[in-house]
Parts: sequence; C-alpha cells; structure tokens
Amino acid sequence: MSKNLDFVKFDKVDKSYDGKVLVVKDLNLDIAEGEFITMLGPSGSGKTTCLMMLAGFETPTNGEIYLDKNPISNIPPHKRGIGMVFQNYALFPHMTVYENLAFPLKVRKFQKDEIDKKVDKALSMVSLSGFEHRMPGQLSGGQQQRVAVARSLVFDPQLVLMDEPLGALDKNLRESMQYEIKHIHESIGVTVVYVTHDQSEALTMSNRIAVFNDGKVQQLSSPDKLYEEPVNSFVAEFIGENNTFAGQVTNMSGKACKVKLNDGTEIIANPISVKSNGDKTTVSLRPERALINTKEKMDNNFKGKIEEVIYHGDHTRVRLDLLGNKEFILKVPNSSANMDIKMGNQINVSWNSHDARALDPK
Amino acid sequence: MSSETGKILTTDGIPLEVSLKKAERKNKIKAFLLVAPLLLFLLITYIFPIGDMLMRSVDDKMVTEMLPKTFKSMEKWDGKELPPEEVFESFYFDFQKLVEEKRDGKLSTQLNYTKNGFKSILKKLRRKAKNFEEGNYKEQIMAVHKRWADVEYWRAIQRRAPAYTSQKYLKGIDMYKNEEGKIVSVEEDRRVHRILWLRTLEIAFFVTLLCFLMAYPIAHLLATLPMKYSNLLMICVLLPFWTSLLVRTASWMILLQQQGVVNDFFVMIGLVADDNRPEMMFNKTGTYVAMTQILLPFMVLPLYSVMKTISPSLMRAGKSLGGTPFVAFWKVYFPLTIPGIGAGCLLVFILAIGYYITPALVGGASGTLISNQIAFHMKSTLDWSFASAMGLMLLAGVLAIYWVYNKLVGVDNIKLG
Repeated sequence: MSKNLDFVKFDKVDKSYDGKVLVVKDLNLDIAEGEFITMLGPSGSGKTTCLMMLAGFETPTNGEIYLDKNPISNIPPHKRGIGMVFQNYALFPHMTVYENLAFPLKVRKFQKDEIDKKVDKALSMVSLSGFEHRMPGQLSGGQQQRVAVARSLVFDPQLVLMDEPLGALDKNLRESMQYEIKHIHESIGVTVVYVTHDQSEALTMSNRIAVFNDGKVQQLSSPDKLYEEPVNSFVAEFIGENNTFAGQVTNMSGKACKVKLNDGTEIIANPISVKSNGDKTTVSLRPERALINTKEKMDNNFKGKIEEVIYHGDHTRVRLDLLGNKEFILKVPNSSANMDIKMGNQINVSWNSHDARALDPK
Repeated sequence: MSSETGKILTTDGIPLEVSLKKAERKNKIKAFLLVAPLLLFLLITYIFPIGDMLMRSVDDKMVTEMLPKTFKSMEKWDGKELPPEEVFESFYFDFQKLVEEKRDGKLSTQLNYTKNGFKSILKKLRRKAKNFEEGNYKEQIMAVHKRWADVEYWRAIQRRAPAYTSQKYLKGIDMYKNEEGKIVSVEEDRRVHRILWLRTLEIAFFVTLLCFLMAYPIAHLLATLPMKYSNLLMICVLLPFWTSLLVRTASWMILLQQQGVVNDFFVMIGLVADDNRPEMMFNKTGTYVAMTQILLPFMVLPLYSVMKTISPSLMRAGKSLGGTPFVAFWKVYFPLTIPGIGAGCLLVFILAIGYYITPALVGGASGTLISNQIAFHMKSTLDWSFASAMGLMLLAGVLAIYWVYNKLVGVDNIKLG
C-alpha cells in the first residue's frame, strides 16, 4: 500500500480572530496517511485553532487546508467526514451509549442491522461491550472517554482529531488510556491528529510531534529526535528537563565550539544554531547526560557544590551550583556507589560536548 | 458491643439510634424555627384564605339562618302547588323578625340571586306587612303582589334551604339546578362564563406559544454571546421586568390605540388607510400583544438558565459526526432544552391564565379573562361566594394542568434556574 504522504496538508495557513494578532502564522504541515501526529504546545500557542480549522469550526484567514488533495475550506464540518474527540467528551447526555454511537450512522442513513454491527464492533474495540443502554452520566470519566473515542471511530473516518481528550482524567487512568488509544490507532491504521499540552502524552503516543509556540511550528520530528536533538531553546525547555548556560561563542571548529560563560569559564559544546564567533547562545544539557564522579573520559569536567538533594525513589535529583548556574539539575540513579551525595559536598560533574547543544539565546 | 440484641450501642451504652436522635434533635428544632416564620406567613396568607374561599363558595347558611321556621315548615311541602298556610305563616314571622333586626335587605339580595324579582316584592311585603291582621297569612301575602302567588318563587326560596350548595360552581360553568333538581345549562344567549373560560384558555395558550417562539432564539443568543454583549442583552430583557406593570400596560395603550404610534406608522408606510385604522386596543389583539410582552421574561429566564449549561461542543460534536446544522440542533440541542421549555411554558401559562390587570386595561369587552369576571363579582356585585367559587375553579384548573404536565414531561425535568 503506497502511503499518501500529504493526506492532510496545511498550506501557508494564517489565522487571526481580531485582525490584529495572528494566532497561527504561515503554517505548513504535511500529515501522512495512517500517521499519529501530535500538536504539542503551551496554551495559546495556536494548536487547538489548527485543529478547529481542520475540523471546520474555524476558517483559515489565509491559505488552504487540503484533505486527500482536496481543498476543504468551503466544506462545512458535517460534510468533511472527520471524527473528533472533544476535550470534555461532548457525549450527548440525553442519549444512551448505543444512541450516541448510532448518531453518526443514523445521519448517514445506515440500515438498522448494520448500525448494530458497527456499534458492537466499536464498543468492543474500547472494551465497553454491554454498556449499550447506559446513559453517559452513569459512566466514569474513563468510560465516557472511551465512548467518545468509539463514537469518533464508529463511522470509519479516515481522519480522527483529538482535542486534549485525556485532560480531565487522573494520572493513572490517563496513562492507561494513552496506551489504549495508541493500540487502537495501530490496529485500525486511522490517521490521528492529537492536540495536547502534556509532553509525556505526546512522547508516548505519537509518530511525530509538532511543537507549537507563538503560532508557529517550532519543530516537527519524531519523539526521540525531539527530546535528544531539540533545534531551539524553546523546544529544549518545553520538552523534558533541561540545564542551560548562557554565553558567547568564542571558538568555532566544525563539530564543536567553545562557549565562554558569563562567569568566565569556557565549556565545549555542540554548535546547532550558532554560526560564528561572537554569537550569543544558550547551551542546553539534559540532566541525565551529566554524570558525577565518572571514570569515563569526557571533554567537559567541572566541580559543583550540592545545594539540594531530593529523593525520588528510583533516582535522586540533585541541585547543584555549577558554573554560576544555581539551578543545575542532575539525576542520579539510586545505587550504593552514590551514597556520598550530601548537601554542601563538592562533586565532579562531567559530560560530552556532543550532548551540550549550543542553541539560540533565550 | 452487644451483638446479641442486634442493637448497636455507643460507648456509654445508650442505643445508637437514641443517641443519634438526641444529637440531631437540636438541629431539627433549629431548622424548624428558621422556617417557622415562613410557614406561619404561608398559613396566614395562603392556606387560610384558600380554605376560607372554599367555605365561602359552598356556604349557603345565610338564608338558612334567616328563615329557620319557613324551611322547617317547608319540609312537608312537595313543591308542586302553592305551599300551605303554615309555610306562609312561618315566612311572615321570620320576615318580621328580620325587619326588626334590619336584615331584610340582605335576604332580598340573596333571594334575588336565586331568582330575579324578589327585591321589589320583598320591599312591598315589608311595607304592607305592618298592617297585616292575625291569621290567614297566605291570603294576605298573596294579595301584596301577584308573584307571591306564583309557586316558582316559593320553590326558589325552598332551594335556599340547604346550608351548603354547589350552585355557585354550576353558575361558573353556566349551569344550574332547575326546579326538578336536574343540572342543566342556561339558555344559550346567557352563557357568559363558558365563553370566558374558553377565551382564557385560548389566550393563555397562544400567549405561551408566542412567548416560546420569541424567547427561544433570544435565550439562545443570550447563552452563546460573549459575556460583554450578553450582559447588555440580559439587561434589555430584564428592564421591562423592573418597570411597573401598570406603566407597561399603559404604554401599550399609547402605542396601540387607533391614533397611537403603531397605527400612525402603519399609515405612514401606507400599509393602512388613514380613515381605516385597525383596532388593536380593547380587544383580543391588545391582550395578546401586551401579555406576550409582559410575560416574555418568564420564558426567557428558564430557557436561558438551561441553555447556559449546554456545552457548545455538543453542537460541534453533532456536526462533526455528520449531522447537518438542523439535525444537530433538532436531535442534540433541542432535547436538552426541554426542561427549560417545560418550566417556561408552565410558568407563562399559569401566570397568563390568571392574569388580571393587563386584560382589564387593554382587553376591552372581547379581551377580558376569567380573572376580570372574578374581580367584577368581588367589587361590583359583591357576590363573594361566586367569586370564590370561580377562583377555586381557576386554582383547580391550574393544578390540573400541573398534573397533566407532570404526567407528560415530569416535574423533575423542570429547571427554573
């Protein structure tokens, strides 16, 4: 099966509500058929607006959206055939679970026995068989969520949009629902566009993640690349934890550069978005990439003072005062070798220059 | 723990139930004292007057007490021919006693309700009775006026013998107990009340319908507009609500009269000829227009409070699942507003059915309602028992509507806000 690589295509889409501020700026985004793509970003970053434009509840101010190569700006929502899961589920409270699921089939004039079959199938997919005659109010949050997912899939749409569907659930339920939605996606191969502000949700579920900020896609890549190789300091900050050093590039040499920090020390970093000497930069380093008292040979070695130790069970978080950064965080696995971590102690911290990414200044 | 007796005891050995009651008694008394003023108020201003009305509407003791001897002697009379001398005699003595106590006027009013023509013959009897001689009262009374020799009038007196009567209720629906004691309708040209009842129901129904048709879109707009606009609109809806009812009705009179603003406008745009201005006042049209406007907020507010709770994402869900805007509205939105519709319609209908001031002022002859008739009997004819009877019939009607409504929609589904 040859996959359609631009099943959904945002082509130079702008959106403004008041004619003064652009909520979405020049968005270009291709979504492949069968992909699970997540729009991730802080609130107000334009991700939900993009979803609403795709669903047809908002119209682009400029540009066009294509669904399977057809422009859809002039097609009303009910003719787009896109399934949607809403933030608060939006189950019809006066209908039973069965009637909720049958609604999209009835308006499409399916036969009664066909409706029964499809509803059965959709409910068993979310393991809610036997709940047909319950009212939504009689279901728990997680069950309502599953009904909403089943309803968005019951009429076999090619594209399903999910607008922060797990936002109202508690942590455990949210995690199990993440896997469940992921498995459903894998088993039926539907294209999913998922909106969330929860980065762990995005990282666990998606094929690709589009990080939104300020109306623009900051980075579009697979979850591992996004985490390991952020292209700018917003993404580095937003995804996962991050230690930063502000400084100035002093010596560019191909795959490495020297960065002079504000306190005068020089560190070696990996130049990502710096071009030449004198560029201001923010160096980003993931906490788990810095090691203490290691025997491995690494090209950055410094001494820091332990300011705070927070016990987390399987690991300990250590806050250091390192190179003028009092918020330097380390994650230390709980093993007998690291028992000497005490407040006030001086320890050696080392990392590879490859992991210290010199990004744009904040 | 005393598991043997099955009763759970507290640590002090008192049964738990007793201890619980004791602990809650204080709260119960407190709660009762807090609601007691309202309870008392309701008893005095609501329950008691309604009870009194009920008594008044069936009470017919007045005549019974005024003519005790007459009714006693009438017990043997079969009512076919003129009563025997004995009846005339006791009537004479009863009447003389009333004249002495100066209560004969009341008797004549009461008897006149039963049959027209009593007033004048009683007045005449009073004048002539001074010169009556002892014995043979039948002859002497019959000589006063020829109606005293008419058996119909004596039957009319006899009909007032029971202490309680359903006559006022029958009168309320244009029926009466005829001479043979059968319940029959009055002649067609005298059936005023039935027309009024039907008109009241008709006007209340159409006012409710008009209110619903106009309030639904407004309420929807109110519920969906952003806060700063919806507040303004809400004030526009409520402003008339805060204006005096009389002022509003009077302004409708100014607007709707034949030389009024609305008619002037119609003439100006050439819709009607100047010498052929439509009458919109002192008829049903006036009542419809004014009552609909006045009762509109009672429909808007319950609808609004229900619509406010309906998440806009439900309509979106309906559309995204393939429903046209109309299907999404009809299958998703509309069913969810039914509690508000029920509350609003019930409220407006019940208010409309007993409406008084507006129809009295703008209704004219063809636009008045049953409540105006009740007021008429309260103030003009002073037939309070008839007014009470009609008031109670109205109350019963409202309760019946409520009951029907409960069967159809379910009172639990009402949402007033």
